[in-house]
Amino acid sequence: MVEAIKRPGWWRGLIGAIAFGAFGFGLVIALRAISDLPLYQTEQTGYPHVIVPAILAPLGFLAGFGCFDYWLRWAIGMPTIPDDHSQHGAKSWKDYFKFNTDHKVIGVQYVVTTFIFFFLGGLMAMLIRAELAQPGTQIVEAATYNSLFSTHAVLMIFVFVIPVFAGLANYVLPLMIGAPDMAFPRLNALSFWMLPLAGILFISSFLAPGGAFDAGWTGYAPLSTGAPLGQSFFNLGVQFAGASSIATALNFLVTIITMRAPGMTFWRMPLLVWANLSTSLLVVAATPFIAGVQFMVLFDRALHTNFFDFSAGGDVISYQHIFWFYSHPAVYIMMLPGFGIVSEVISTHARKPIFGYRLMALALIGIVVLSYSVWAHHMFVAGMFSWLRVPMMITTLLIAVPTGIKIFSWLGTLYFGKIHTYSTAMLFALAFIVTFTIGGISGVMLGMVPIDIHVSDTYFIVAHIHFVLFGGSVFTIFAGVYHWFPKMTGRMYDEKLGRVHFWGTLVGTWGTFIPMHWVGMDGMPRRVADYAEQFGNWNLMISVFAFMLGAVQLVFVYNMVVSWRYGPKAGANPWRANSIEWQVSSPPPIFNFDEIPRVVGGPYEFGIPGAKHAIMAGEATTEGAEVPAGEKSTVGTG
Amino acid sequence: MYGRLPIVKMLLVTIALTVVISAVMVPINWNGQGASTAAPKIDHLLNVMIVLSAFVFSLVMVMLFYALWKFKAKPGDESDGEPIHGNTRLEIAWTLIPTIIVLFAGGYSWKVLDEIEEPNRDHLTVSVFSQQFAWSFAYPGKEYAFSEGELHVPVNKQIVFKMHALDVIHSFWVPEWRIKKDNVPGITTTATVTPDKVGTYQLVCTELCGFGHSTMRAKVVVEPKAKFEEWVAGLDQPTPKPLMEVVEETTTSEPPALDAGGA
Repeated sequence: MVEAIKRPGWWRGLIGAIAFGAFGFGLVIALRAISDLPLYQTEQTGYPHVIVPAILAPLGFLAGFGCFDYWLRWAIGMPTIPDDHSQHGAKSWKDYFKFNTDHKVIGVQYVVTTFIFFFLGGLMAMLIRAELAQPGTQIVEAATYNSLFSTHAVLMIFVFVIPVFAGLANYVLPLMIGAPDMAFPRLNALSFWMLPLAGILFISSFLAPGGAFDAGWTGYAPLSTGAPLGQSFFNLGVQFAGASSIATALNFLVTIITMRAPGMTFWRMPLLVWANLSTSLLVVAATPFIAGVQFMVLFDRALHTNFFDFSAGGDVISYQHIFWFYSHPAVYIMMLPGFGIVSEVISTHARKPIFGYRLMALALIGIVVLSYSVWAHHMFVAGMFSWLRVPMMITTLLIAVPTGIKIFSWLGTLYFGKIHTYSTAMLFALAFIVTFTIGGISGVMLGMVPIDIHVSDTYFIVAHIHFVLFGGSVFTIFAGVYHWFPKMTGRMYDEKLGRVHFWGTLVGTWGTFIPMHWVGMDGMPRRVADYAEQFGNWNLMISVFAFMLGAVQLVFVYNMVVSWRYGPKAGANPWRANSIEWQVSSPPPIFNFDEIPRVVGGPYEFGIPGAKHAIMAGEATTEGAEVPAGEKSTVGTG
Repeated sequence: MYGRLPIVKMLLVTIALTVVISAVMVPINWNGQGASTAAPKIDHLLNVMIVLSAFVFSLVMVMLFYALWKFKAKPGDESDGEPIHGNTRLEIAWTLIPTIIVLFAGGYSWKVLDEIEEPNRDHLTVSVFSQQFAWSFAYPGKEYAFSEGELHVPVNKQIVFKMHALDVIHSFWVPEWRIKKDNVPGITTTATVTPDKVGTYQLVCTELCGFGHSTMRAKVVVEPKAKFEEWVAGLDQPTPKPLMEVVEETTTSEPPALDAGGA
């Protein structure tokens, strides 16, 4: 027991959390006592004796858990412990529950953790649809309903879609560029462990007096500045999720820029790497804005600053400008990595080079640049300067161009290929093209000011975001999970169950979200617990499809869990792909490569006799080394 | 290379599909009944977009399903596809054509936006007050007449709503008018609408404002001018003093050059 407490780990983490939390609590009480204030301040936006421990306890956990051990020893001048790699790699399932610096372990930790939040968020969606199945109030009252959809959105966005992509990329990106690990393995581990803390903060807000945060995931001031205590948990959770996201993005950037294998020029990188490069550029520059604006709300609530207090000269609309300056790029943070996944899957299963590889990469960069100039299209009816609407409309519509390039290039990739549809990953990638096209079309409509004035803040918006985030991002996440499942686990999943999951998800998505467009245009506002009788039948139908969509996800869980344990062994390269991660064993060895591979060509050279992407250790000095396909030729160019 | 594809046939199928989708979707009145001069313009813009979108959607579908039908690998075929890396002319085409389409959509939207917000000298200014979870309204006259939970306006006259939120953000939406505008605490926002059908409608709050958000509704009555004036004359409650101050401030002063209200 004493030994267990000395070692970094769960016990020390728990003690750290309690100690730091207790210190925070004591500090607040002591300061209030010496200031002759009442010990507890419990007006609804206050509660310093809860907020300060809620900041410190997660930090205490991280410190106790061992996230800072190496740096702290160095910082205070203690001899650092020579790294014996005991925290690297996983030998048993227990290693997945430790501070681990192996990008492959961290990748699996990310994906499993985020899927747990996906199912919690999904459960909330089921409750929401149960309440909305009929007009009137049946299951939850209006205030709880507001908490449910707010938490649903926050869990899905901040601790599922954004980090699950970071998790998938964590696993495959270093392998793809021929790197032994990420550039900063300890920072990588810290990034991961901040994530469950963010999720726990979000969920524990249900325990706060006044209930969980209920101002929507957008948390518009002044509704959020005056909301009960739960809102502060949202403000804080975003800080941990945001810090995790920023640190990971920095890690990806440095890894991609400095750790590519010899010969891996930028124009030989797989598009997944390009996609994560673009995403990371968005994260490092945009995420600080949401962190900042949530701090401003927290300060308004707890310290009585007046950023958004209109009666004291604060500016209410500025909240929305800062919020959307992050949150519009955020929709691309939630989509670009998926674009990368789809490129890998489609090229591999169509046995064809990506059509227009360079334009595909440039389109990603185009989206990054444009996405910083469109934020106010969320605010066409918000009462901002009216002149800002038309320029924002034009940039918003223009962003359809690089997105269209991607859609057409994926279609072009299919032509004259040999399309294999046995893999569930390919099914999801193809279905993604269709659903995302619909989400893109409704997005263009929303970009047009006169139409947006009518449908803004209605169910049309709910339909649009779910088409792009569920039919878009989540489809690509499923494609990615199925595609790299053999690599991550060393086993194959069951394609029959995969097909059941795919068709159920496809039908469920369309059945749930298509009718939402119609009720929205016809007059049903979003974020309502109750609605007019006339929308009753449609909502009942939507709920039935939503329950089916929810139920069919259990097939996915069963398939993943059982296949991980009992699935047939996977070879190194079950999809016959070219990129480097498939040239090592499944799962890859602890340091990925015995010898760093040499990259001699583009990643998608299907159908070119003798073309190679990379030369692995042991196959050097064969004919491949003499004929570096694509060194000077046009191979790999658009 | 692409000469091997039945381009003409694919285009014909795309156009046929576009026609079918448009023929089904355009006649449907998606936005519900319209009751303002803006409604037919917005609905027409929507229909134009439906036809354009139907074309884009059909094109993607035809391209996808033709490829899946024509280039699906035979069972057991482990060979690769043809090593085609791209086609510059095609890539330029699918960059330029969508650019032209969206710029057209943008220009057309701008025109519609200008039309529906065209100010009219002969208008009636009505003040809107929103608070958790109720609406109230002030009408000009000798004294500002005040009504709670019920909005009356004359038909065929431009109404300029000056909106004030008293606590958190609310949003003013009458679906039949196709007009929506947030009411923001601390500033006055403006919306312009010309109702052109007599009838009773519902004003819906569309910005989340707390637990009573879904019940924050008000009745809207559009009636002939004489009946409206009679109704206003019958209001016996004057506008409460603190509200009156913002009304005077926003209706007597000239609007600033850059209209912060987003008229």
